[in-house]
Amino acid sequence: MEAVSNFLASDLFYRFRKSPVAVIAFIVTALLVLSALFAPWIAPQNPFDPGSLNLMNGFSQPGVPNQFTGETFMLGTDDQGRDVFSTILYGLRISLFVGFSAVMFAMVLGSVLGLIAGYTGGRTDTIIMRIADIQLTFPAILVALLIFGIAKGITPPSYRNEVAIWVLILAIGLSDWVQFARVVRGATLVERNKEYVQAAKLIGRKPMAIMLKHILPNTLGPVLVIATISLALAIIAEATLSFLGVGAPPTQPSLGTLIRIGQGFLFSGEYWILLYPAVTLLALALSVNLLGDWLRDALNPKLK
Amino acid sequence: MSKRSKILGLLLTTAMVAGTSVFASAETLRWARAGDSLTLDPHSQNEGPTHALSQQIYEPLISPDMEAKPIPALATEWMVKEGNANVWVFKLREGVKFHGGEDFTAEDVVFSFNRAKMESSDMKELLVTIKEVRAVDDYTVEMETEGPNPILPNNLTNLFIMDKGWAEANDVTKPAEFDDGEETYAVRNANGTGAFMLESREPDTKTVLKANPDYWGKGQFPLEVTEIIYTPIQNAATRVAALLSGEVDLIQDVPVQDLDRVAGADGLKVGNAPQNRTIFFGINSGDADLENDNVEGKNPFADVRVRKAMNMAIDRDAIKQVVMRGQSAPTGVIMPPFVNGWTSELDAYPKADIEAAKALMMEAGYGDGFEVTMHCPNDRYINDEAICQAAVGMMGKIGITANLVAQTKANHFPLISGKKTDFYLLGWGVPTFDSEYVFNFLVHSTTDDRGSWNGSRFSNPEVDAMIQSLGSEVDLEKRNETIAKIWQVVQDEQIYLPIHNQVLNWGMKSNIDFPVQPEDQPHFKFMKFN
Amino acid sequence: MLAYVIRRVLQSIFVLLMVGLVAFSMFRFVGDPVENLLGQERTQADIERVRDQLGLNDPFAVQYVKFLGNALQGNLGVSYRQGRPVSEIIAERAPATLELAGVSALFAVLFGVGLGVFTAIRRDGFMANFIMTTSLIGVSLPTFLIGILLIYIFAVELGWLPSFGRGETVKIGWWSTGFLTESGLKAIILPAITLGLYQMTLIMRLVRSEMLEVLRTDYIKFARARGLSTRAINFGHALKNTLVPVITVTGLQIGSIIAFAIITETVFQWPGVGLLFINAIQFVDIPVMAAYLMLISVMFVLINLIVDLLYFVIDPRLSADASTRGH
Repeated sequence: MEAVSNFLASDLFYRFRKSPVAVIAFIVTALLVLSALFAPWIAPQNPFDPGSLNLMNGFSQPGVPNQFTGETFMLGTDDQGRDVFSTILYGLRISLFVGFSAVMFAMVLGSVLGLIAGYTGGRTDTIIMRIADIQLTFPAILVALLIFGIAKGITPPSYRNEVAIWVLILAIGLSDWVQFARVVRGATLVERNKEYVQAAKLIGRKPMAIMLKHILPNTLGPVLVIATISLALAIIAEATLSFLGVGAPPTQPSLGTLIRIGQGFLFSGEYWILLYPAVTLLALALSVNLLGDWLRDALNPKLK
Repeated sequence: MSKRSKILGLLLTTAMVAGTSVFASAETLRWARAGDSLTLDPHSQNEGPTHALSQQIYEPLISPDMEAKPIPALATEWMVKEGNANVWVFKLREGVKFHGGEDFTAEDVVFSFNRAKMESSDMKELLVTIKEVRAVDDYTVEMETEGPNPILPNNLTNLFIMDKGWAEANDVTKPAEFDDGEETYAVRNANGTGAFMLESREPDTKTVLKANPDYWGKGQFPLEVTEIIYTPIQNAATRVAALLSGEVDLIQDVPVQDLDRVAGADGLKVGNAPQNRTIFFGINSGDADLENDNVEGKNPFADVRVRKAMNMAIDRDAIKQVVMRGQSAPTGVIMPPFVNGWTSELDAYPKADIEAAKALMMEAGYGDGFEVTMHCPNDRYINDEAICQAAVGMMGKIGITANLVAQTKANHFPLISGKKTDFYLLGWGVPTFDSEYVFNFLVHSTTDDRGSWNGSRFSNPEVDAMIQSLGSEVDLEKRNETIAKIWQVVQDEQIYLPIHNQVLNWGMKSNIDFPVQPEDQPHFKFMKFN
Repeated sequence: MLAYVIRRVLQSIFVLLMVGLVAFSMFRFVGDPVENLLGQERTQADIERVRDQLGLNDPFAVQYVKFLGNALQGNLGVSYRQGRPVSEIIAERAPATLELAGVSALFAVLFGVGLGVFTAIRRDGFMANFIMTTSLIGVSLPTFLIGILLIYIFAVELGWLPSFGRGETVKIGWWSTGFLTESGLKAIILPAITLGLYQMTLIMRLVRSEMLEVLRTDYIKFARARGLSTRAINFGHALKNTLVPVITVTGLQIGSIIAFAIITETVFQWPGVGLLFINAIQFVDIPVMAAYLMLISVMFVLINLIVDLLYFVIDPRLSADASTRGH
C-alpha cells in the first residue's frame, strides 16, 4: 500500500500524468496485454483448434454473412476460415509472450555478463566482450536464422511445433543481449571507480554483494529504457523472421505470421486479413515505443 | 530433288521470309517468373525453369508444343527400326545452322546424347535404357536400347542438342561436375539452333535474348517476338505488382488470389491450363511402428480402414473452392489426365463423409483417434502450406490430431527420400506421360534404381514384378492391362491420398495471344500479338 | 601500444575463426543441397555419389578446415546453384548492395540529422511532436510490410516508381552502377527508403537528445551570454557537438543496414548480395552462404577493431587501463 502511495506521489508518476502521449500509450498497451491474457474468454472461436474450423467459412467479409455457411464474423475470416478477430487475440498472446520472454532473457543474460565484465575487468572482460563481438558480427536476423536451423537439427521432427516458440525466444533474445551487456558494462566501469564502491570494497564487502547492491541499481534506468524499446523490436523481429519462413507455425500464428499470410491478399481485395493484424501490431509496437521514449526522457536527469 | 538444290531452295525461302520480316514491328517481350534458370548448360539440371529458358535457345530432336504434344524439331520423323524392336531411327532436319553458323548434323546428336549420358549429367536417368547412339549418315541417327522401349521419344523433349565443334573448342564436352572448382564456359554461354539467341545473361537478374535471323522455322511459327527480357522476381506480391504497373508483359506463377485483380486490370488478362502435376499426401503404411505418432508398438496407417477413413475425411471440393479459389481439379488418383493409364473411374473421388469416416476409424479401433506429425513444404507447390493446414482441420474432425511442420523444400524433400516422415505432402509430374514413370518412383519398393520417392513404404513383390515388366513389354495392349492392374492395387490399398491436379495461371498483356502450356514451359516462337 | 594492437588483431582473427566454425555447423541444418541439385528422376545411388563429391559425408570440422584452406588461397569455392566461382558472383553482386546501403545511409543521415535538429529546437512544438510520433510508425511495422506497401502505393496505384530491380545499369570497369541512368535512379528510391527508415528514426532521435543535452550545457549558456545568434549556437556549436556520436552510431549501423538488405532486396528483387544469400539458403548453396557470412564477419570485425583502436588513440585513460590488463 505504502509503495503504491509512494509511487502515486512520486515525481515519475507526476510527469506521467502530465504527458498525454504517455497516458494514451499506456492505456493502449494495457488494453492489448489484457485482451491477450483473456483471449480464450473474449474470442468467439479457438483458432488454434483446427478440427473446430470450417474451411468453407474462408474469406468471409467483415460483418457480411458467409455465402456458404451463413455465419457472420465481425472482422472477417482468413484463408482457413479462421475468425480474424479471434486469431488476432490469440496471435497477440504469442507475439507478446515471445517478445516479453525474449527481452527478459536478453536482459538477464546481458546485464549479468555486462556486470561481471565491467566489474572484474581483465581477461574475463576481454572474453565476454569478444563474445559480444562475435554476437554483433552476426546481425540479429542471421543469429535467429542460425539458432532456428540448429534447433531444427537437434529436435526430433515431431516436437518441432512445441519447440518453435521457444526457439524464437532464444533466437531473438540471444541476438539482443549485447546491448544490455554494453550499457551495464559501461555504467559499471564508471561506477566501480567511484568512492562509494571503493569504500565498500575497503570495508570488505564481497564483489557479488557490491555488484548487486550498489552497481546494479544505478544501471536500472538505462536498462529499463532499452528493455522497453527491445520489446517493440523483438515483436517486429518475430514478424520479420516469419517473412523469412522461420516464425511461429501457421497453425498457431503470431501477429507476425498473420501479417506474412495477410500480405499475400493485399492486391486481391481481402484487405481485412492484412489490415487488422497490421493495425494491432502497429498499435502495440507504437505504444510500447512511445512509452520507452517517454521513460528515457523522464529518467534522464539532465532533461528535467 | 538433289540435296544441293533442296538446301538452295531452303536458303531462298529463308531469304524471302527474312526480307519480309524487316517490315514487321519489333516486339520486345518482358517475361518474369519466380525463379531463374540455374544454368545454360543444357544437361546440367533437369529442372523446370532451367529447361524453360533453354527451350528458347536450344532445341531437342522432338519438342513439346504449347499443348505439350510432341512435334518435330531437329528430327523430322522417327520410327522403330524395321526388324529390330530395340532400335529407334531418327531422320534429322537438314539445313539447320547453330547460332554460331555451324551446320547441324548427326555428329552433333551423337555427341549431345553421349554428353547427356555422362555421370555428371542430370538428364542421364531419362536415357538409362539407351545402349548406343550412332550416326548412320549426316542426317540419320539410330538409338539402340537395352530392350524394346516403346516410349523412348517421350523422354527426349528436353534433351537439347549442342554443337560438337563449339563444345570441343570451349572445353565443355562434359557437364560440369560439382567438384570441378571452376565455372565451365557453357554455364553462361550458349550456342543452340533455337528461335532465340543469347544476347546477355546476368544470373538471377536479367537475361536478354534476340530473335535468330536464320531460324529454320521461319514461316512455320509466328516468330513475332524479336527480343525477350527475362527477369526472375521471387516475391509473389512484387511479381504481381510488376505486371499491374506495366513493367513486365508476362508472368508465370500468378498467386491464385490475385487472378481476379489481374484479369480485371486494364490491358491485362489471365490464361490458364491444367498442369501436369498431381498434389497428394503420402502415408507410411509399410513400417511396423511409426516414429512420429503417439500410438505405441503399432502403425495406425498400416490398417487400410484408417487410410480409407482419411481419404473420406478430405473435403477436396472445399480445398478447391477456398484454398485454391477454384483453380484446381480435384482427383482420386495420383496422376493427371494426360497420362497413359488414366481413366475417369480412377479419377473419381469420394465426397467428404465425416460420419462414415468416423465409423471406419471406430471399426479399426481408433475411435479415440491418435496424434501424428504432418510434414509439408511451404515454397514448392501452389498454396502448399494452406492445403496442409486445411487437411489438418479435416483430420481433426475424425480424431486424428496432425501436428503440422511446414518448412522449405530443401528441408522437406530429404525427409521423404530419407524415409523420415510418416505423413507428408508431395506433388508429382509425369514428363513421360506414362504410368510406368509414376510406378517406378512412387509405388515400386525402394531399391537402388527404383522407388526413390516411395515414402509410403508400400512394398509388394508381385506389384514390383508387374512394374518391372512394363519397361520391355512391346505389346501395348498387354502393357496397358498390366498398368490398369497396378492402379487397381494402388487404389484398393489407398497407398496415397490424392488431392488435386494443379492449374497453371499466367498473367499477360491483353494484346498477347499465347496459350498456357501444361508443363509451365512457354515457347515464345509461338507467341502472337494482336 | 603495439602489443595492444597485436593482441587485438589476434583476438579478431580468433573471432573470425569462431564465426566460421559456428556458421559451418549451421549448414547441416539448413537442409540437404543434394535434393536441389538432382532432378526428380534421381536414384539413391545418385544422391550418394553427389554427397561424396561435395564432401558432405565428411565431418563438418573437416569441411570447415578444407574451406579455410581454400579461402586462404583466395578460393571461396563454386556455387552449387550457379556453377560459378563464389568470389566472382559476390564481386558482381556487391555494387548493388553497396549502392543501396550507401543511398540508404545518406537518406538516414540527411533526414535524421535535419529532423533531429528541428525537433530539438522546437522541443515542445506541435510539428516536432508530430514528427516524433509518426517517425515511430516507421519502426513499428516490419520492413517487408513497409516495402510492399510502398510498392503498392508508388508502383501499382500511382505508377511513379518501378516495383522491382535496379533499372538500367552502366558498367564502369567491373563495377555496375545504377546512378547514371534515369531508370536506375528511380529504381533505388523505394528500396533505399524502406531500408533507411529505421536508421533515420534512430539518428533523428539520437540527434534530438544529444542536441537537447548540449543546449543545456554551460558552454552553450556561455555562448548565449556572449550574444551569439541562436542560429550560430544551434548549428555552429550544438550540432557540431552531436556529430561525434552520430558518426559512431552510423558507422555501427552500417552492418545492420547490410543485414536488413536481405529483406529489402527480397521484396524489391534488388540483385545484391542479400538476395544472393536468401537464394543460397533456400537452395542450401553452402559455398555462397559460407562466403557471405565470412565477408560480413570480416567487415564487422574490422569496424569493431577500428572503433576500438580509435578509442585507444582518443582516450589515454584506456591505454593506461590496457597496459595494466596483463597483470
